[in-house]
Amino acid sequence: MNNALLLLAILSSSLIPGLIIFTLPEPALRLRTTCNMAGVLTKLVLVGVLFQRVYQGTLPELRVPVLPGMELLLHADSLSLLFLGLSAGLWLLTTVYAIGYLEGSPHRSRFFGFFSLCIFATTGIALAGDLVTFLIFYELLTLSTYPLVVHRGTPQALQAGRIYLAYTLAGGALLLFATVWLRSLAGPLNFASAGILFTLDASLHADLSLIFLLLIAALGVKAALVPLHSWLPTAMVAPAPVSALLHAVAVVKAGAFGIIRVIHGVYGVEFSMTLGLLPPLAFLAVFTSLYGSVQALRQNDLKRRLAFSTVSQISYIILGIALGGPAAAIGGLVHLVHQGLMKITLFFCAGNLAETLQIHKISDMAGVGRRMPWTMSAFTLSALGMIGLPPLVGFVSKWYLGFGALEVGQSWIVVFLVVSTLLNAGYFLPLIYRAWFMAPQGRRNEDWPEKNGLETDWTLLFPPLVTAALVLLLGLWAQAPFSPLYWVQLIVLREYGQ
Amino acid sequence: MILADFLLAQPWFVWLILLPLGGAASTFVLPRRVAPIGFCCALLILAGAVFSVCQLAATGSLTQAAGHWSAPLGIVLRADGLAVVMLATTAGVGFIISCYALGYFPARGHEPSRARYFWPLWLFVWAGCNALYVSADLFNLYVTLEIVTLAAVALTALEGGAPAVGAALRYLLTSLVGSLTYLAGVALLYAGWGTVDLSLLSQVLTEDPLSRTAMALMICGLLLKSALFPLHFWLPPAHGKAPAPVSAILSALVVKTAYVVLLRLWFEVFASFDRAMTAHLLGALGSAAIIWGSLMALRQERLKLLIAYSTVAQIGYLFLVFPLAGAETAATVWTAVILFMVAHACGKAAMFLVAGTIQQTAGHDRISQMAGAGGPIGVLAVVFALASVTIIGLPPSGGFFAKWLLLNAALATGQWWYCPVILTGSLLAAAYVTRVLSWAFLDVRRNVCPVSSRVMKWPPLALCLVALLLGLAAYGPVRVALTGAPVTGHVLVEQRP
Amino acid sequence: MNDLSVYAAAGILLFFIGLYALFFRRQLLSKILAANVMGSGVFLIFIGLVKQPGQSTDPVPQAMVLTGIIVTLCFTAAAIALAIRLKELNEEHHSATRPEDDFG
Repeated sequence: MNNALLLLAILSSSLIPGLIIFTLPEPALRLRTTCNMAGVLTKLVLVGVLFQRVYQGTLPELRVPVLPGMELLLHADSLSLLFLGLSAGLWLLTTVYAIGYLEGSPHRSRFFGFFSLCIFATTGIALAGDLVTFLIFYELLTLSTYPLVVHRGTPQALQAGRIYLAYTLAGGALLLFATVWLRSLAGPLNFASAGILFTLDASLHADLSLIFLLLIAALGVKAALVPLHSWLPTAMVAPAPVSALLHAVAVVKAGAFGIIRVIHGVYGVEFSMTLGLLPPLAFLAVFTSLYGSVQALRQNDLKRRLAFSTVSQISYIILGIALGGPAAAIGGLVHLVHQGLMKITLFFCAGNLAETLQIHKISDMAGVGRRMPWTMSAFTLSALGMIGLPPLVGFVSKWYLGFGALEVGQSWIVVFLVVSTLLNAGYFLPLIYRAWFMAPQGRRNEDWPEKNGLETDWTLLFPPLVTAALVLLLGLWAQAPFSPLYWVQLIVLREYGQ
Repeated sequence: MILADFLLAQPWFVWLILLPLGGAASTFVLPRRVAPIGFCCALLILAGAVFSVCQLAATGSLTQAAGHWSAPLGIVLRADGLAVVMLATTAGVGFIISCYALGYFPARGHEPSRARYFWPLWLFVWAGCNALYVSADLFNLYVTLEIVTLAAVALTALEGGAPAVGAALRYLLTSLVGSLTYLAGVALLYAGWGTVDLSLLSQVLTEDPLSRTAMALMICGLLLKSALFPLHFWLPPAHGKAPAPVSAILSALVVKTAYVVLLRLWFEVFASFDRAMTAHLLGALGSAAIIWGSLMALRQERLKLLIAYSTVAQIGYLFLVFPLAGAETAATVWTAVILFMVAHACGKAAMFLVAGTIQQTAGHDRISQMAGAGGPIGVLAVVFALASVTIIGLPPSGGFFAKWLLLNAALATGQWWYCPVILTGSLLAAAYVTRVLSWAFLDVRRNVCPVSSRVMKWPPLALCLVALLLGLAAYGPVRVALTGAPVTGHVLVEQRP
Repeated sequence: MNDLSVYAAAGILLFFIGLYALFFRRQLLSKILAANVMGSGVFLIFIGLVKQPGQSTDPVPQAMVLTGIIVTLCFTAAAIALAIRLKELNEEHHSATRPEDDFG
């Protein structure tokens, strides 16, 4: 298949099923599922083909002129493939999960339609070859996730949706302004691994620093950097598959990925260092991480605790990039995938608890491990991974982060990592202990429905088990060919040329 | 080949004036066949507009002297890029509105008279608009403006109730003041330079007190007619009280006619004048319109009034063009404003049409009393939101790229203070659209609503999609818009030191 | 500008009188008449300013003014029709609501 056509096909493998699903009537369950799975599987195959091409060194691209002097550019480099692979893989699992989770609930055509559109936007973000194209898909992501956040239709959900829109649209407006400004200074903003701005006149450096600040503030809304994170815990009213998608794949990751692109593709690590932009960002990431962890400690609602955990974990990615060295970059980039796997497992499990046993609060989780051993095993594995226990994937990320910090001479980061790990343990271990080792409390036990056969529907159980297995396997064999770590090393190798 | 040459030689844009005029006249002869006649006219105009666009792309700007009497004595018609883009937009939007009107004004309903009056008046508006776009002299612009206004006033009163008639009367008187003021300016210019032809005037006109007075008078008159804040008082009642297709016509097309005249004056006739103060004044009023209109839209209880105030805000954006048009950025703002007009025409027409369907389905248009996830209201709310994507200025709509260009021009001319205005307007627009969009998700069981006819659902949706995807297909329209434009320079401005 | 004739001056005066009345008169009919006065002012300006001494009369402004008069006539007719309709509607409204008022 032609390279440009391949990119289009990958984009439309989520767009077209989404559009078809909108038109399907509510009871057409089988047709909808077929349509969904056809899109998901087509996408996986196409992304596989793209992986192979990019690995061999061809970088497909597609240009569409939109205005005289401006074109939209889609291209695939190894970094786009990292995000694309993550979203395509997790789309499969989340779709399976969502089909089970939403069984019998109303408005499913609408849900799956917007779900596919959301993945379409994420794909576009991954494949965007310049900042303008990125911005377009970034805004599309906002539009397509709003209906998912308010899906429940309760006044509470609508309120959360309003807050979500207010934050993300304001961020989008800021991003638009910064992008226009940058483009009017520097011309086309095609991503290039060494950045494109170092050629500009030194008199513009002050402007460029200010634009960097604006860009980070704009992207930081979705990446949930403190103090722009408040929408994230509120958006937890959404159904579990949406939360999983928002946290692990789409929205939060889009923000983080945008920051990666700005630093690695537009400004360039070296040039950002020259401007002195990265150390403040690293500080912000550290602060966000600690703040998120401390807030997570205080939550009793399971999903809210997970949300603050996301706030904390995403900033590892930012931190890895902001440190500036190659090893730290490996740590940050690989955490993009690793955090996705772990967090999606946690949200799947939280959804299972809510769906099967109506457990929403951590205080109600006592003894749940005996009732749902598989779910809680997956949960425990991912939580331990989040803490950073070897040999799980979280450890790999933290190891590279720490190593990278030492490499660039920022040893205080290691102290931060230790403190952060302790905090992570502080909000996950009591939860695990409660689930496995405490007796179910009083009345609760009898409320739980009888277990017959599997502990819950297989569509709900299968996805978290797969992701949990990956959390273990990718940690054990981190260096295996085509593991995330292997791919990230390839990215960094191509960029730093070492 | 011969056929192609023959087709290219025809003055299609003249037919675009004659067709609706003839159609309107024949509806008086055949009062029972108004709807078919009107619809056939719409179809033919659409075809003619397509031909005009092809012709412009192939041969560039065309002029046609009516009756072979050339300027300064005769009437010269000129189809340049701006004219053809507006002709095509009006044809496209007008065709969709015509389809919708077939369902909205049923010929055999309980009120057949409304259909009988709607079609001829609408065709007159259409003829007036088309004639206005291609008019190349000041007086002809005045006459065509008046044709549009008179027919539009009658359309506004079509609803028949006291509020509608009152709004129409107010619209008429305001408009009359505007056009008489404009005409006084024309008189001064003719007294000074003995011509009203746009291109002749731009060659001979020199800056003196007489011509400056004329410019002030003409701009004031046109501001009143294009409802720029604070002269917008007549617009919300007129647009809010009219039947939905009429509101769509007024908001999407009619308001822009006076603005097109202003654009021609500014960029052609008075191009050589020192107008910095005027430009800044217009920019300030435009900014005020954006903020005030959006805030008022946010406060409305009725859907149609909300959309009408949204129009007040959107008109503000059009006036940012004047301060932002610097020496380098002229092509930028020219492209921006044309893109903006096209995008707004599609988006706003779609919004009003959907609002009409909502009103018929629910029986009212009170914003606070609607809900209905999954039901017809919910679906319509989603269509409404789609239509407003271009109004908010989110990608990939045409409105997005128009705002991009405005921001680019603001930064390139160093007038960064317009950027927060543009962005705030977008965010406020998002806020008022969200109020409506939330109906689509608010799960409240209501009585089963009557399902409106198909012709009232699909045409607005088609228009929404055009508005939504215009940004991705903007390259063609922008090239057309720049054909024969009175501006030069790059569309995207970069300022590398 | 030097040979601003007395007609043009009168025209300007009429224009502003009309404008003033249009904004400050309450009655609809007065407003419509004011607009007409304004229009006449503009036409006077047109004719009065353009006529150059020592030359034959320029027919173009006369044609324009004639067109303008027709336009204004149409507007006046439409305005009066609307005003009458409005009056009828208001009367209907009053006669419809009066019985209720009596009950109240």
